[in-house]
Amino acid sequence: MSDILSNGQWLPLVFAFLMGLSIFIYVILDGYDLGVGMLLHNATTAEKDWMIASIGPFWDANETWLVLGVGLLLVAFPAAHGIILTNLYLPVALMLGGLILRGVAFDFRTKAQAEHKQKWNAVFFAGSLIAALCQGYMLGLYIVGFERTPLNIAFAALSGVCLAAGYCLVGASWLIMKTTDELQKKAVRWARISLWITAVGIAAVSIVTPLVNPHIFEKWFALRNIFMLAPIPLFTGLVILSMEYVLRHLPRANDKHCWLPFAGTATLFVLCFFGLAYSFFPFVVPNQMTIWQAASAPEALKIILVGALIVLPCILGYTFYSYRVFWGKVKELTYY
Amino acid sequence: MDALILARMQFAANITFHILFPTITIALGWMLLFVKLRFNATRDEKWMEIYRFWVKVFALCFALGVVSGITMSFQFGTNWPNFMKTVGNIAGPLLGYEVLSAFFLEATFLGVMLYGSKRVSNRAHTIATFLVAFGTTMSAFWIIVLNSWMHTPVGFEMIDGKAHVTSWVEILTNPSLPYRLTHVLLSSGLTIAFLMAGISAYRWLRNDRTQSVYTAMRTGVTLAAILIPLQILAGDMHGINTLKHQPAKIAAMEAVWETQKGAPLVLFAVPNKETKTNDFAIEIPKLASLVLTHDLNGEIKGINEFEGKHPPVKPVFYGFRVMVGTGVLMLVVSWFGLWQFRKGRHPHKLFVRALLWMAFSGWIATVAGWYVTEIGRQPYLVHGVLTTAEAASAVPSGKIGLTLVMYVGLYITLLIAFVSTLFHLARKAGQSLDTAHTVTPNLVNYPTIQGV
Repeated sequence: MSDILSNGQWLPLVFAFLMGLSIFIYVILDGYDLGVGMLLHNATTAEKDWMIASIGPFWDANETWLVLGVGLLLVAFPAAHGIILTNLYLPVALMLGGLILRGVAFDFRTKAQAEHKQKWNAVFFAGSLIAALCQGYMLGLYIVGFERTPLNIAFAALSGVCLAAGYCLVGASWLIMKTTDELQKKAVRWARISLWITAVGIAAVSIVTPLVNPHIFEKWFALRNIFMLAPIPLFTGLVILSMEYVLRHLPRANDKHCWLPFAGTATLFVLCFFGLAYSFFPFVVPNQMTIWQAASAPEALKIILVGALIVLPCILGYTFYSYRVFWGKVKELTYY
Repeated sequence: MDALILARMQFAANITFHILFPTITIALGWMLLFVKLRFNATRDEKWMEIYRFWVKVFALCFALGVVSGITMSFQFGTNWPNFMKTVGNIAGPLLGYEVLSAFFLEATFLGVMLYGSKRVSNRAHTIATFLVAFGTTMSAFWIIVLNSWMHTPVGFEMIDGKAHVTSWVEILTNPSLPYRLTHVLLSSGLTIAFLMAGISAYRWLRNDRTQSVYTAMRTGVTLAAILIPLQILAGDMHGINTLKHQPAKIAAMEAVWETQKGAPLVLFAVPNKETKTNDFAIEIPKLASLVLTHDLNGEIKGINEFEGKHPPVKPVFYGFRVMVGTGVLMLVVSWFGLWQFRKGRHPHKLFVRALLWMAFSGWIATVAGWYVTEIGRQPYLVHGVLTTAEAASAVPSGKIGLTLVMYVGLYITLLIAFVSTLFHLARKAGQSLDTAHTVTPNLVNYPTIQGV
């Protein structure tokens, strides 16, 4: 332990944590943006305006967490950044294409000629779907260590569908919280469907991950660990079941508990994220490279850390401020 | 085709598309703050009309800038993995600070600036506008620090093929930074000045002759007239700085093949790399030496002195002429414009048409200038430290080619969509004006617009 503290060896740990945190925040925050984008497909024209209004003030900042996550991978673990991104070259490019389409459709749909609005709505939907599927597909490839056997690719594809369902779940939960009336009821239905696809996905990833990776099998199923770690899958199951129960009774009088699905989804994501992080730690490239092997020089990490520790609380502070400004139901479709 | 060439084309396509939008948002953020402050001071509704129109342009440009910027943060890894491996200890913190200190600031307060005017006080809205402008400028600062360092690297030592920092102070004050930063910020100001004047000219020509359109057009012309002499001065000083640190780039810019005293300024020529001379040259004797060394007989090193270590001459030479030519045109148009707008007069129709033609002149000059400086650094990625070829990844050329086609197709489509939407917004603003005037202007809660 003193070794770790003395040689700056603790720095990669801190950065792995910060990077994980950014990616996690990204998955929740841009997750609901992408989810709402995918759910547009099932909405009427008026509902589309309403749905997009609910994410309007936030999406730019939400996407920034991806830049921070990838940025931290780039600056703190440059060797891993190169390996991961060259291995995922095509899905990364496709995901970026999706994010570009989604982002620009946001602004074009209201500013371009009215007759093009439907087209930009479709672009918004397609961009969100492509980005979500690619992210899930990349997660799948990462889990299997980038080995592209037919079986692994099928698994990655399944992971893509499930992450997209997870995003739909968080998106629907967001809408339950931010909207009312018919749209809210629709969102409850969407949330229930997505919940079960997400549950299947979580189960699939949980079973496949230890099977393809003996190292991870060891970690989870060594006798001592089974009992220590058992609460994680059990608690995950419990959250899924209670969410189903809550959703069945929504919406309630006075809009009680409208925030519960979102909180439940966030808890579910925390559990999954912890499970994955525990499985792969200390590797940043599965079975190839640990965070210490991939890390930049301590002097460079220190100087970023100083900045991060000063700035991150500010970021969280004004993110909180922005959410407070736009607190409550989205009713008016006002701009400026 | 060669994977290296394809990777460079892809990165160039991306960065060319990307830079168009920050070039607008950096200065437009401050322009919006100015307009907002004018409104706060005068309560004249025309300023709010200008604000409402240009904040939409800002939102659109911001979105396009963000999505293409995200692409770049990935392409560092996919296209140039050895860049970060070699100089990551320097580039990493600079990029990290950009995201942390600037990107979040602008992105978060953009939400308040765009949608929050009814939910926060007028003062908080003004502050949000300021923070967005400040954030975009900080963003530019960190990026230009890194870019300048890649041209004039200092404050580091190489250990086992990796750059390690010896002095952050030296890195943050590297020799080309002050000139480059000034040059870039001024170019952003000029871009927005001509864009504002040009789009307002378009509305003017369509008989949309309200106070707000007149004021926006005049503000653009005035801003351009103030900035262009400063820009010419900054550009000259930047050139002298480059002569000191990157003489090969200057030699290519001026197409000077042999080292000579009293070098002529080549107005136009076709550089010939086979014969290492210029065909069809039109020259002014001794002027290049005068401009660059401020001495008629000053010595300028020729391209031939840098065998194998100089950039390709043609793109640098032509790019430089496009940039300077556009700059001269800007000077003529904006100063003539000051006379046209004297004492609140209406400008002549032909001049207004010229302004419309100049609407995107800032983009042309900016992109040409970036090509000069970036191609001028070749064959290096970090001058004297790392070549572009060494930084490239081993991704097969087929994959790079495929994604290149996707990106270029996407960018061309979006560029067309952007320009046509800009003119559509201008037409729509003119049409909705009749109704806008019948609404009692509410000074703090502005009339709402349907949709998001």
